[in-house]
Amino acid sequence: MQAHEKIGVAINAARDAGRTALVPFITAGYPDTATFVETLQAISAVGDVVEIGVPFSDPMADGMTIQRSSHAALQNGVSLKWIFEQLDRVKNRIETPLVLMSYINPLLAFGYEELAARALACGVCAFIVPDLPLEECDDLRTALEAKGVGLIQLVTPATPDDRLKRLAQASRGFLYAVTVTGITGGSDGPSDDLPSYLDKVSAASPLPVCAGFGIRNAADVASAGQHAAGAIVGSALVEVLERGEDPAAFLKTLICNSG
Amino acid sequence: MKSILAASEAAALLASSIKGELPDERGRFGPFGGRYIPETLVPAFERLEAGVKRYLPDADFQQAFRRELRQWVGRPTALTFAARLSESWGTEVWLKREDLAHTGAHKINNAIGQALLAKRLGAKRVIAETGAGQHGVASAAACARVGLPCRVFMGTVDMERQAPNVDRMRRLGAEVVSVETGDRTLRAAIDEAMRAWVSDPNDTYYLLGSAVGPHPYPYLVRELQSVIGEEARQQMLDQAGGLPDVAFACVGGGSNAIGLFYPLLGDAEIELIGVEAGGTGSGLGQNAATLATGTPGVLQGCYSIILQDDDGQVQETHSISAGLDYAGVGPEHALLQAIGRVAYVTADDEEALAALEEVCALEGILTALETAHAYAAAKRWSKDNPGKRILIGNSGRGDKDMPTLSQHPVRIFRHASA
Repeated sequence: MQAHEKIGVAINAARDAGRTALVPFITAGYPDTATFVETLQAISAVGDVVEIGVPFSDPMADGMTIQRSSHAALQNGVSLKWIFEQLDRVKNRIETPLVLMSYINPLLAFGYEELAARALACGVCAFIVPDLPLEECDDLRTALEAKGVGLIQLVTPATPDDRLKRLAQASRGFLYAVTVTGITGGSDGPSDDLPSYLDKVSAASPLPVCAGFGIRNAADVASAGQHAAGAIVGSALVEVLERGEDPAAFLKTLICNSG
Repeated sequence: MKSILAASEAAALLASSIKGELPDERGRFGPFGGRYIPETLVPAFERLEAGVKRYLPDADFQQAFRRELRQWVGRPTALTFAARLSESWGTEVWLKREDLAHTGAHKINNAIGQALLAKRLGAKRVIAETGAGQHGVASAAACARVGLPCRVFMGTVDMERQAPNVDRMRRLGAEVVSVETGDRTLRAAIDEAMRAWVSDPNDTYYLLGSAVGPHPYPYLVRELQSVIGEEARQQMLDQAGGLPDVAFACVGGGSNAIGLFYPLLGDAEIELIGVEAGGTGSGLGQNAATLATGTPGVLQGCYSIILQDDDGQVQETHSISAGLDYAGVGPEHALLQAIGRVAYVTADDEEALAALEEVCALEGILTALETAHAYAAAKRWSKDNPGKRILIGNSGRGDKDMPTLSQHPVRIFRHASA
């Protein structure tokens, strides 16, 4: 089995257990570097897939919460190299598939081939790159897939149908359905036409679909779960870390049986 | 940087560039450019690109644009022979006077062009970013002219050092949104404008102010700014009796420089020199000398040369001039450097201040701090090239810089009896 296929297996296992798959997101090294491994282990025990944010100086697609955490992580000295070193330490203790979310420039600076090899070696199954549209992604995708590591594509409510098909075909691991038009951390929650949008995305996708952006509580997870396989929880979880609260306890409040 | 392209490849790219074949279909200037954007913005960029393809060559659009440039912007702007600077430097110095354009800088050429485009694309509102405030003022004015509401994002560091322009934008009816995130200068303002656009991609038009960002902006801005070089070239022939030996322009994102240089690329005998901000020194974070010291990377939607550390984190910059204080540069400049057609040098804060004083004293022109960098480099060049004919892109006026200048009392030049 290729590394990126582990993601689908984990999401389908949640479905078989009658649950909406939970995909928690944390910014690496936030709120501090000392507790990163511990936090990662704690949320891996609850989440079905875990998304780890690589901090970047210009997080263009992110709202205030993740901007703040990204900035703080950089101040803490976090780099992609550091993240891989930390993952090396815990790779044998974490079963949950890991996904790295990074803007393109840190990946470019690291070098694509070395990136793919390092990622595979420390349990990273796929990447999400929010500023890398389909038209620009060939080089990275080729390098990652040579090692069995996936590149997860994103679709949005504004994505035209023909493009949705192409993105769904190109994606590996899962298909990321952005539920709002906007940046991460929105407070409005999913919009009214969410069900039909997620149904359309799910129908177009050979992979499980995970809904993200603006998912903040159990109700949001439940409504996403009726029309998608999984729900991604980012800003709300980062805010929990910001307040110094227990991330695993928060995630447990979100678990719900799928409809 | 020159090593990334083979000599034959560089020659072919220069030929394509002169023939107007760049950017290519994917928005690339050779290896540079492209479109690195969130999926949410893809439909908006596709609409923008289709609109640019449809309207830019359209006769009605061009007629409306040229009419606005003539009647409202006040073009053509003058070409001024700088007699006393020429005497002082031992060269023949000509100034392309973008400071005389409406609102006081070249930025208005692009702003009115894009505002006309926004109107044709059916946009309901316009957002813009600004560093020095000149693009913000130009956008505010252009939006008032075409009847669209305008919101301008500006870093708080820039709001302080360019306070007069903040008041001008508000007076012109724009809403100025202060940006407290990131480096609180131009880069943060662009990020924030992009975020605002992501939230309303259908009805908002993003009026980007420099030849940077995702395709088609670097192309669109170049096309709208090329009027500078087209006019200057003809004026040199008419007034100076021949083309210049060298042309200087300051480079932040590089819109005024590409506007001046692009129509001169085919004149192989003209040396082209872009001048970046040397700030207070050569260390990381002390300057905004992107092409001089940067490396290839993706910043704000395009692959170009950027100031970054080994981990690919974009570095903070410093320049006394807000308009040059940017960690990236337009992708076409990255290409022109890589193929050796344009040389990029730096002038530091002190040199820029001294040049500004000299131009005031000898020519009665209060030039912008950005522009002063071009004068500083031209003066240096003059020492080794006596008798040569120099064209300087006088990209804007310095009234906006008074808060900064008031902290630097006049030291070198004294008038008349002194």
